[in-house]
Amino acid sequence: MSAAEKSRPKLAVWKFASCDGCQLTLLDCEDELLPLASTVEIAYFLEASSAIGPGPYDLSLVEGSITTPQDAERIRHVRRVSRRLVTIGACATAGGIQALRDFADVREFAAVVYARPDYIATLERSKPISAHVPVDFELRGCPIDKRQLLEVITAFLAGRRPVVPGHSVCVECKARGNICVLVAHGTPCLGPVTQAGCGALCPAFNRGCYGCFGPTETPNTRALNAQLRRLGMSDPDLVRVYRTFNATEEPFLQASEEAEGDA
Amino acid sequence: MDVVVLQSLEPLIEALTSSGYTVVGPRVEDGAIRMAEISSGADLPAGVGDVQKPGRYRLTSGDDGMVFGFAASPDSAKRYTQPPRQTLVRVRDEAIEEVEQEAPRVALLGLRACDLAAVAVQDRVFAGGRHPDPAYLRRREALFLVAVNCAVPGGTCFCVSMGTGPKAVAGFDLAITELASPHRFLVETGSERGGEIVALIPHHPATSVDIDAAEEVSRTAASRMGRQVDTDGIQEWLPAAHDSPRWADVASRCLSCTNCTMVCPTCFCSTVEDVTDLTGQVTERSERWDSCFTLDFSEVSGSHVRSSGLARYRQWLTHKFATWYDQFGTSGCVGCGRCITWCPTGIDVTEELACIR
Repeated sequence: MSAAEKSRPKLAVWKFASCDGCQLTLLDCEDELLPLASTVEIAYFLEASSAIGPGPYDLSLVEGSITTPQDAERIRHVRRVSRRLVTIGACATAGGIQALRDFADVREFAAVVYARPDYIATLERSKPISAHVPVDFELRGCPIDKRQLLEVITAFLAGRRPVVPGHSVCVECKARGNICVLVAHGTPCLGPVTQAGCGALCPAFNRGCYGCFGPTETPNTRALNAQLRRLGMSDPDLVRVYRTFNATEEPFLQASEEAEGDA
Repeated sequence: MDVVVLQSLEPLIEALTSSGYTVVGPRVEDGAIRMAEISSGADLPAGVGDVQKPGRYRLTSGDDGMVFGFAASPDSAKRYTQPPRQTLVRVRDEAIEEVEQEAPRVALLGLRACDLAAVAVQDRVFAGGRHPDPAYLRRREALFLVAVNCAVPGGTCFCVSMGTGPKAVAGFDLAITELASPHRFLVETGSERGGEIVALIPHHPATSVDIDAAEEVSRTAASRMGRQVDTDGIQEWLPAAHDSPRWADVASRCLSCTNCTMVCPTCFCSTVEDVTDLTGQVTERSERWDSCFTLDFSEVSGSHVRSSGLARYRQWLTHKFATWYDQFGTSGCVGCGRCITWCPTGIDVTEELACIR
């Protein structure tokens, strides 16, 4: 191993309860992947290589939520061997789509799905990484955006704060020149309460925002709900639009509960 | 000022194109009348109108053949005077590279009087004072402004209240009034280069009938404002209403989504972002549209000066209608009504001002 190689920061990518899509975003970097691999040592990334480089690691990217007692233990190990820990994606940052089971009894689900539910060891709730260990940065999205991922890694390498704004999708929509689908088409859209990062992808194709990146820094879901109701959305539909990838993030949870009449 | 009549806009579009301008004008895209590149008069929205209400925009269709029978487009000149993102400077291996910002030659066809007023406001902001922005000046110089006098104001228009319209009186290279029966276009020349373009195309001098008809268009439009604002004494009473209970009311409806500021043709706020590349050898500083409705906008030393939606809405409205005078000597509002139409929850500044007063 050359001296230069020794000095490269070590990157690790970890998977918990998740679909692997956010890890794949790293491999999707394509043009930037080789420069990345020459800037950092990709020491642990089972999605890409079964070779395991020893820790500790300078930067750990963590995908997935914590849903089992074993994972609750494993994330503590990851934290111990990581200088910086960055969560990637809605699962690791907000509990993910699997947190929908938090709204029901997980034992009942297990009984329905598995022939031998007694073999299943699972926690009551699907929780974000930050519920178990301290996290240095949370990158949102389902899946994450590759430009934002590269920005976070680059910022880490430079020792600066990542440029990942907490404002709404509307800012990106207007910069991109999209028409507002909510105003011009009456299409329900979560953009005004959803954090930017995707580049306003869905509205660019005349779809409403699905809220993949979770709540903005200051979401006013009550005001948006009132408008969505005026556009004809029913309360059960309102509950559904907030209960997707970030269902248990507090502002979206409150929004769906408000629509359910619990708030 | 020369006043001529054109039977068709086709030769005008051709003359602008052959003079090296990309012609950007109204065309129907995605259920709205956008300002987009056009290559012929056939791209113009013949017979298309719009219905604008707080938080609602819909197109209508008719068979009158009028190509400017609609109110303010969601797009103003802002995208061309102040692009959404621009790289300011690049540092490579500790050497500073000046980034030449683009100043494309664009003819904006179809700007309204409110849009021209907004450009004049931006001129004061970016080109006035002791530190004019050279990139802005080059972009402005490269723009050819073809105004259209409004015939059919929208439901959210209030340019008459703001003293900016509906007739374009200054700040244009050419100003068009579309006339019916027979369908024709009265064109006023507002600059030397405007006159040079008119000289390139077939036209005949306007008669008193044409001129009277055009004046009638503007008179009728002025009587059809969808909204109004009483601006009398607004510089005093609006800042003095700092503790009005109405702020909490409007904040309960405000999404802090930034749409009002993004569509506003005078809102100029931006932020600066510094990014590095993977090697750490190249650093770029860029400027992008920002808004006083984002939390980061008022972040100072790690905390937020205006952390509540109430504080942000109050700051925006008070600045736009009152303290803008203190800063730039004019109102920040030109009465185009875009912030009303494009607010997802339909907050109406004219209604808020009336209630606050």
